[in-house]
Amino acid sequence: MKKDISIKVCMGTGGIAAGGVEVMSSFEKALAGAGIKAAVQKNCSMHKVGCRGFCARDVLVDVTINGTKATYQYIKADMVERIVADHIVGGAPVDEWLVKDDYHTFHDKQVKVVLSDCGEVDPEDIDSYISRGGYEATKKVLTTMTPQETIDVIKASGLRGRGGAGFPTGVKWDMAIKAPGPVKYLICNADEGDPGAFMDRSVVEGNPHAVLEGMIIGAYAIGAPYGYVYIRAEYPLAVERLHLAIKQAKERGFLGKKILGKDLDFDIKVKLGAGAFVCGEETALIASIEGKRGQPRAKPPFPVQKGLWGYPTIINNVETLANVPYIMRKGAAWYAGMGTEKSKGTKVFALTGKILNSGLIEVPMGIPLKEVIYDIGGGIEGGRKLKAVQTGGPSGGCIPSSMADTTLDYESLGKVGSIMGSGGMVVLDETDCMVNIAKYFLEFTKSESCGKCIPCRVGTKRLLEILTRITEGKGREGDIDLLETLSSDVKTSSLCGLGQSAPNPVLSTIRYYRDEYEAHIRDKRCPAGVCKDLLTYSIIAEACKGCTACTRVCPTGAITGEKKKPHVLNQDLCIKCGACFETCKFKAIRKV
Amino acid sequence: MEEKLEGIMSRYQENEGNLISILQDVESEFGYLREDAIYWISERLDVPPAKFYGVATFYAQFHLKPRGKDVITACCGTACHVKGSERLINSLLNELSIPKGEDTSEDLRFTVEKVNCVGACSIAPVIIFNKTVHGKMTPDKLKKEIKTLKGGEQQQVENSE
Repeated sequence: MKKDISIKVCMGTGGIAAGGVEVMSSFEKALAGAGIKAAVQKNCSMHKVGCRGFCARDVLVDVTINGTKATYQYIKADMVERIVADHIVGGAPVDEWLVKDDYHTFHDKQVKVVLSDCGEVDPEDIDSYISRGGYEATKKVLTTMTPQETIDVIKASGLRGRGGAGFPTGVKWDMAIKAPGPVKYLICNADEGDPGAFMDRSVVEGNPHAVLEGMIIGAYAIGAPYGYVYIRAEYPLAVERLHLAIKQAKERGFLGKKILGKDLDFDIKVKLGAGAFVCGEETALIASIEGKRGQPRAKPPFPVQKGLWGYPTIINNVETLANVPYIMRKGAAWYAGMGTEKSKGTKVFALTGKILNSGLIEVPMGIPLKEVIYDIGGGIEGGRKLKAVQTGGPSGGCIPSSMADTTLDYESLGKVGSIMGSGGMVVLDETDCMVNIAKYFLEFTKSESCGKCIPCRVGTKRLLEILTRITEGKGREGDIDLLETLSSDVKTSSLCGLGQSAPNPVLSTIRYYRDEYEAHIRDKRCPAGVCKDLLTYSIIAEACKGCTACTRVCPTGAITGEKKKPHVLNQDLCIKCGACFETCKFKAIRKV
Repeated sequence: MEEKLEGIMSRYQENEGNLISILQDVESEFGYLREDAIYWISERLDVPPAKFYGVATFYAQFHLKPRGKDVITACCGTACHVKGSERLINSLLNELSIPKGEDTSEDLRFTVEKVNCVGACSIAPVIIFNKTVHGKMTPDKLKKEIKTLKGGEQQQVENSE
């Protein structure tokens, strides 16, 4: 019987880190082997795919034979030979390597729009995208719709900016089409700077053509002949695939002069961001493309009036643009049918931290947080308890476990003191200290503050100083009030979004975990056991077996003792690194 | 040096928007922004060196000092942070004898740099050894990798002898 076989190997950054390249070449080798070649190669295709979300299980491999798909997880190069022999030639999947039920629960509650083709198409092959309906939206828009009609569809879909602020995309485009100017620019913001977020990287790596298609449609709608993709240089694979995608789109006439024979010229240039979080702010991003220090300026004039090189400019986020072709293909009503009243469609989140199934997920707006954590995420790692979920990165806040019923949409997240942000979602468990988390984010915003306006430049520094002394056990009575007052000053008087939102992590942790701050300040105690200066390690003599494991890992020689006799820890030499605590198999190290 | 710089300049038109791109090319050509190179370009473009300095010190990607032969990048993203990246970084600095407050060892052998986020959060904590991403890093795995790096150095010395 003739077999139709396709093999898909995950080759996103996660897949490659887990050995994707080696897995691919092992498949190539195995398939080229004698006997196998004749049996299957004719009808066997293999290609790389981008992120399919579940990076923690990489390398993931799909083997589809005559339409029946089997997915393997944790695949290494040396396992390939058996998959080829048993499954591809023999027809019997290697059961013990297949994904288990939790792989399916991870996917069951997800609704994929932006990610629908990620993990399916070969990101380096335009035909692969076209075969799944790619560029149909471009054809439809360019041949049957006017720019205003295009904007009206986006408006009706309810799509809002996925970069964080949630401004309605259709309204933005409408402002751009009406803005007078000889030239207009469309910029795709792929400078994903939030620590703990990788949605944009995965979309560009996994399906770059969808982003380009969104840009082409956007350019047609607002009348922009030039586009830029401003992308992080730290994403080398995404940059490479983007360049390749642009080249392929040009060859097929989707980019360049007279696109599809119509009166539309559109060219896209790639600009590498040089590493500055503040460049996520629109005016700072524009300054950076112009080759200057990426410092924001006061608004108005807004970029849509006076942007890049002084001309009207629209900046859209990667995920926003990647939604566009699907909306144009399936209609505004279909998109608006998902989500809540004010937050339509789906949102991609990077679910990470202390969660069992970490990865990239896409869910309908309005899904309760607990469903994401317990159903999709499979709960907390190591059976520990959920403490909080941090959303929105350094501009966002923490949602405590008691509020796990909160739904994920722009409005609800704002109400609990956090934000949607670009989609970073870091899960924290009982071993995480909330003061430390606030300090971590302030370290970030302090160093990323551009320094132009004083409230942000000095305010973040002072906030960090206060947080640092609290974690060092030098906190003073009144520090919490001081943090709150200073935070509200920085929020109200900073020039741009960075400063205006930098105090959010402080305010939200004080709001829900004031007792933890008080324990640090009054009792000089870190309840979660994280803040080094507030911890003391000691050896429980009764439990110590004298195995000497701790003496070997201690970097300062603070632990001494004879073999098979209880050891002693010299507090004067201890640097509280915790190495002994992690090494001891007998739970003989006490940490308080 | 001049030849290489000419090569870089020929790729760009002389307009300010390319200032960052030029610096990015200089950085990748020489490994860092050489002072003499900046003066050369400044004269060539008639843009004051202060402007280059302003841009170079603004962005995390640019370095004004030479960097080590092996570059080890530690991700400090939120997911990596809660999964213990700080301890990994301390042990890196320790094992590679990097002076306090610096990021490069005195013999210019190793540079340990911290970055905000490499976007590989689901395999946190992440350490990148010379552009190869290593996920789910543990203190033990880290020690092994460092050994390999140091071992490579010894082998090279032996080979050259």
